[in-house]
Amino acid sequence: MSTVAPTKTVEFEYSGGERLTMNMGPQHPSAHGVFRAILTLEGEDVVGVDAVIGYLHRCHEKLSETLTYAQYPSIASKTDYVAAMTSEFAYVLAAEKIAKIEVPKRAQYLRVICAELQRVASHLLWLGTWCLDMGGALGGGATIFLYCIRERELVLDLFESLVGARLLYGFYQVGGTRYDIPPGWAETCRETVDLIDRRIDEYERMLEENPFFLARAKGVGLISRELAEDVGISGPLLRGSGVACDLRRAEPYSSYEDFDFRVPVETAGDCFARYRVRMVEFRESLKIVRQALDRLPEGPISSRPGLKSVAQVRVPKGEYYARVEGARGEVGCYLIADGSAKPYRMKWRGASFSNLAVLPHIIPGHKVADVVAIMGSVDPVFGEVDR
Amino acid sequence: MPAAFADMPAWLVAAIASFILLNGIALGVAYVTLLERKFAARMQSRIGPYRVGPHGLLQPIADAIKLMMKEDVVPTAADKPVYNLAPIVFLIPCMLIFATIPFAPGLGVADLNIGILFFLAVSSMEIVGLFMAGWGSNNKYALLSAMRAVNQIISYDLPFVFASLVPVLLAGSLRLGEIAAAQAGLWFIAYPVIGQLGFIFFILSTVAAENRAPFDILEAESELVAGFRVEYSGMKFALIQLGEYAHVVASSFLGALLFLGAWSGPGPEWLGAIWFLIKAMLVFLLVTWVRWSFVRIRVDQILALSWKALMPATLVLLLLTAVVVVWTGNGR
Repeated sequence: MSTVAPTKTVEFEYSGGERLTMNMGPQHPSAHGVFRAILTLEGEDVVGVDAVIGYLHRCHEKLSETLTYAQYPSIASKTDYVAAMTSEFAYVLAAEKIAKIEVPKRAQYLRVICAELQRVASHLLWLGTWCLDMGGALGGGATIFLYCIRERELVLDLFESLVGARLLYGFYQVGGTRYDIPPGWAETCRETVDLIDRRIDEYERMLEENPFFLARAKGVGLISRELAEDVGISGPLLRGSGVACDLRRAEPYSSYEDFDFRVPVETAGDCFARYRVRMVEFRESLKIVRQALDRLPEGPISSRPGLKSVAQVRVPKGEYYARVEGARGEVGCYLIADGSAKPYRMKWRGASFSNLAVLPHIIPGHKVADVVAIMGSVDPVFGEVDR
Repeated sequence: MPAAFADMPAWLVAAIASFILLNGIALGVAYVTLLERKFAARMQSRIGPYRVGPHGLLQPIADAIKLMMKEDVVPTAADKPVYNLAPIVFLIPCMLIFATIPFAPGLGVADLNIGILFFLAVSSMEIVGLFMAGWGSNNKYALLSAMRAVNQIISYDLPFVFASLVPVLLAGSLRLGEIAAAQAGLWFIAYPVIGQLGFIFFILSTVAAENRAPFDILEAESELVAGFRVEYSGMKFALIQLGEYAHVVASSFLGALLFLGAWSGPGPEWLGAIWFLIKAMLVFLLVTWVRWSFVRIRVDQILALSWKALMPATLVLLLLTAVVVVWTGNGR
């Protein structure tokens, strides 16, 4: 494998030292899926990186042309399987915009609750795996990882009692949501939210009062504001570089304008800034869930009659680009409908895919150990990168 | 020495003692891994090994059998003599250091008059086996890890030596038995300022010299997969693991001996060995606690910590100890 020469090397003050080409991935303990980085090393210093993707390509966009509007949302969740609710959301939003379908207020609030819980679950997995990258499976990282997984389980339990599935949901439907919350769910949800809120304080104490963690995260993987805007990254990465851009605020969808929340921004642009942004987002998401539960309106959960066949949902001719703020950034779905029960063409804009593009700009010049720390802070999910 | 051994030739006594000790270490180390796994599991709100035997007590045996049954894979491109020899070269110094530790008054294989020196010198020899493993595997991850190993172990052996010399100065002897005996009245950790600082520096440099998290950049499985032992499997892997844990346990014994008064404790004298064991395990759990709560630090940060902070600090502490010893007239 090592005979493959890097196709693109970002030079960084070539000192003339002996170089070593090392493959990191696609099978690697910290590759976050199937990412392959061909690193050019001079001793411990990374002088070049070539990112290879595509190991998880499953023809999602072509597949969507063969599935009806009623079928695809449950498949859409397989693009970003860590935050499955997000991509479903973008898909149904696009279809609803083209068909000009009004979504009942209750369904909108339910969608927001699920999207925010999903963000919490996704960030929990991010925090755990990021610490695992830095701390090792046989060290302090594993401790944080198991704590985070413990809390993520609670959120997945909520989803399970709502949808019946724990990983891929199919909760969003064109016109509304598939299920209403079962009795007692709101109370359980409130308890879980309060519990996670308390536990996040614990993680913060465990990490931020830990000089080793700070030494690993501060000043590492600097993304300047200019670079962030040029490359087109989004989500917590962009906000960690000083750009206050959050689609929930900039372009509210699904009644986000009803809720009171803060868009965290950090200006440092390093791994620690991205960590801080996500830690605040945890709290803000939990806040939104509480507000949505408090004000959950009565009414129907879908503006469409119950489905009798999968080909029942027909979307008139038209096209639309719908975007939502996912856990990793802007998740967009560009949909072209031709009036039938299936889309004519569909294109995903995966947040991880665009965020990954920043890696070759920031990794050179760091140590090997920083590569995994930076990659973890970018938080890519390869289902979404390769689709 | 008990009377029964008196009429035996000396080499036979030594052979019997070594046999008992070696097997004791192998079994003890196996159960220390279980202790660590249970302890780590509790820290992470898990239960840990529970299936094999009551409360998972037979887990180490099952692990040993599993490792023995595994296929021994040798990479085609490996430098075979070096690759095959490395685990043994690594294991021997880790076992040898136990020889000098007196587990109770007079109960040790060899209470050398330069015991501590022997311990420190031999324990730093593990780097040879480690580098052989990294080099012989002919693997880029292993090579990087071996280079890190040389850097790190050389950097941390010096503070390790300096921190260990503090009790030597206080006791006025290099013989481990006498250092232990000198703490009958006051454990060295209770010695104002010097004792506590010495203990902290000792723990820090032990953790680093043993390549345990947060200083486990050699293994660094998130970057280098498993570092120098990435190509090892089966019994060779087991030997490396055994050597690593033996080293940790030996250092825990040394820590308990140098700072926690070794076998001194309440109760009759024959309880001494038990006290020593308990103290050593407390040191071990302290190291484990550190391991399972911190994230790993980077190679340049590790070296900076050693040369810029730990080295000067331990040197100053050593000088301070010397001054105190002369001042109070404790020196011999």
